[in-house]
Formats: sequence, structure tokens, C-alpha cells
Amino acid sequence: MLTKRIIPCLDVKDGRVVKGVKFLNLRDAGDPVEAAQFYDREKADEIVFLDITASFEKRNIMLDVVRKTAETVFMPLTVGGGIRNLEDIRQLLKAGADKVSINTAAVEDVELVKKASEKFGSQCIVIAIDAKRSRGRSRPSPTAVRWEVYVHGGRAPTGIDAIKWGKDVQKMGAGEILLTSMDMDGTKNGYDIELTRKFSESLNIPIIASGGAGNLEHIYEAFTKGKADAALAASIFHYKEYSIKEVKKYLKGKGVKVRI
Amino acid sequence: MITIIDYGMGNLRSVQKAFEKFCSNVIVSSSAKDILKADKVILPGVGAFKVAMDELKKRDLIGPIKDSIKKGKPFLGICLGMQLLFSESEEGGRVKGLDIIEGKVRRFKERYGLKIPHMGWNKIRTTNDERRTTILDRVEDGSYMYFVHSYYAAPKDKDVILCETDYGGNFTSGVRKGNVYGFQFHPEKSQSVGLKIIENFVKL
Repeated sequence: MLTKRIIPCLDVKDGRVVKGVKFLNLRDAGDPVEAAQFYDREKADEIVFLDITASFEKRNIMLDVVRKTAETVFMPLTVGGGIRNLEDIRQLLKAGADKVSINTAAVEDVELVKKASEKFGSQCIVIAIDAKRSRGRSRPSPTAVRWEVYVHGGRAPTGIDAIKWGKDVQKMGAGEILLTSMDMDGTKNGYDIELTRKFSESLNIPIIASGGAGNLEHIYEAFTKGKADAALAASIFHYKEYSIKEVKKYLKGKGVKVRI
Repeated sequence: MITIIDYGMGNLRSVQKAFEKFCSNVIVSSSAKDILKADKVILPGVGAFKVAMDELKKRDLIGPIKDSIKKGKPFLGICLGMQLLFSESEEGGRVKGLDIIEGKVRRFKERYGLKIPHMGWNKIRTTNDERRTTILDRVEDGSYMYFVHSYYAAPKDKDVILCETDYGGNFTSGVRKGNVYGFQFHPEKSQSVGLKIIENFVKL
């Protein structure tokens, strides 16, 4: 049976891990390649690099990070952040990324999802959706919960319904959804279970829950109540509040299928 | 020398890096000459079946692939590369494959809430003890491997099946027919246990 995936995410700026990966006892805690090697040894199921480099000129640094990572780490690697077009995707895949995660550029041009999945295969096209709860003006009832898609790193609302958007990109060939709850992100109060479950039940492609993981129970709930296929977390792993192994042992003890 | 066939279907860098751990002479090439002079050949690939067959034809690589196999040189297909070894696929209508192993490539059925693609880590169960002594040597039965695919190969002759994996029912995740091997999962992405398979292949 397919196991649930645990995915650590590293924010990378100008080729350096931000928010530090304090605990790792690495020679260089800011080196994303070393951090990836650590998570490889820990048996993380995949790893995600999110490039938050602001300046366009420095974007090539990320390609070098991906190249060096792919040379030493033999596990699936997803890279997201700032991907604008087919050429950006091609360069990242060529450098050694297995999947790319696209957010704003997909909203601006949904055809990009189609073109990218036709050219490179659905399996490597992950669509990142930043969703935020909003009430009112929605059917069937004015008080029903809905989620709105935000872009540009969560700064810009789009008016687009998140679940409808998820269905649209699935139809266009997306292979997976990286679903971040903007309401829960950074709170450590748990994933948005209702959002995750709605997505998982409405779509037929895998859903990665993201935003809000603060303890083991939260990850357990993302899989059981939220029906997620994978859970992504950043700070709880980086600051070693929990190790990947602890998380998996806990989940296994509660009957969730994980790879130990 | 090991030749990894480059026919425009996906990133071959991690495949190359994984083989370079065990062999100093690994090249990525789309030339017939490099396929024919290699001691071992790898057919990797992700993407669509029909596009892949068209790309192989366009580069005149089908003849050289078959010649290399006929000469008895170890050949390994990974993911789409394994599927291409079969007679035909239902992906994109009915498309003819390399027809080295008899059988069809089918799509997973969207039922029982099964997500497609089958993406992530799943167990392989070896079906044939005798064959475990070669390519699956030191790979424990029930090892987890990394999968990403929406189609799977169904061999006609069950004797070619090396291992199976359960995803809404068992499907064939590894095959061997003589000197030809194929895996649906990605050994080059399956951490240390995947690397064992690569090492075993290099040592064949």
C-alpha cells in the first residue's frame, strides 16, 4: 500500500537556507545541500526547496544549489518559487529537480499548466495553491465557508475560488497540489483540516497539506481527518522540535501507513 | 561503459549520478554508436508513451536498442523506460512499443478513491526467489521504492515478473526477461535501497 509522505520544506534565499536549520550540527547550517543530505539520512520522503530570492539576477544561484543537491541526494526533490515559464521549468529539471511547483504564473496563465504537463509530464508539475478563508457573497449560502486563491507570496487576492481552481489545474494536467492554508501558516495551530479534506475529496490527484503544523497530532489529523496524501512542514523539523523519525514512529503507532 | 539513452524524455542527471557511484564510465547519449558499443544500456524516461516512441524513432534508436539487447548485453528500463519494453500502451489510444516483452501498458482505474498518479513510496514484493539472487540481491522483500506513474505494465507471461506492488490491487513493478530488466519505480530516487539495485545492475 502507498504510504503517506512526510516532506520537509526549506526556504532558500540567494542560495542560503533562511530561518536557519539550527539543530542539525552541520558544518554550515545555511547550506541547503547539507540540509538536504541530513533529511536524506533521516529518510524524509521528499524534500522541497522554496526559492524566495527576490532579485532576478540572483536566481541562477538556485540552479547551482539544485545541481549540487542532485549529485549527492538520491531522493525526490521539488523546487518552487518564482517559476515564470517553460524555460524556467526546463532549467530546473535539467539541473536535477524532479518536480517544480508553480503558483502565481499558473494563475496568470492557466495554459502554462497544460503546456508544462504536456512537455515535461504531469508527474513533475506541482501546482502550489495559497488559500485563505473568506465568508459571504458565496453560494450556496452567504455564510458558507469558501477559500480564495492568493498569489505573489500571499500578498494579492485573486477572487478565484480555491477548490474550483484546484479542479481547473487538475484538468489542465497538474500532477499534484501543494495546498497551503494562509490562515494557519505560521500559527503552529494545525493544518486547515476542512480545506485539506475538501480538496482531497474534490480532486483525484495527490494533495500535500501545508501550513500550520505544530505538533505530531496535527500531522496525524492532516492524514486522517484531512485525507491528505502528504504533509509538508518547515519549522517543526528545522528547529528539531520533532525529527522525521519521531513523526513517522508516532504515525505508525496510530495506524497510519508510513515508510520507516 | 554504460550508456544512458537521452531521447528528450526527462532529467537524466540523477540517473547518471546514481550510476556514477558504482561505475566510472557512464555517458548520456542519443547516438546509436554509443548504444552499440556500451557494455550495458539504460533506458530511463518520464512523460507520455507515444511522445517517447516518436522521439526514439526520430533519433533512429529503436534498431540499435534491439541490436544491443540481441547481443545479450544487460539492459535496464526505468519507469516509462520499462513500459516502452512492452508490446503496446493504451496511453494516447493504442500505441506500439518496443515489443521486447509481450504485454500491455494500462492506466490505473479511478476507483476506490485511488489517486492518480500513483505517487510516493510503496513496497515491492518479490515473486520469484531465483531471480532475487541477481538484480534484487540484498534488497529485502517488502522494501519501499519511490513511484510516480499513472500507467502500469501487464506482462502476458507471468514468468517475467520480478516483483509486484499493491495499489488498488497488485501490479507488476519489476520485470526480467533474459538480459532485459525493467522497474516501474525509480531506483535512482529510492535512497540507499534503490542504489543497491543500481549497484547490482552495474555488477551484472
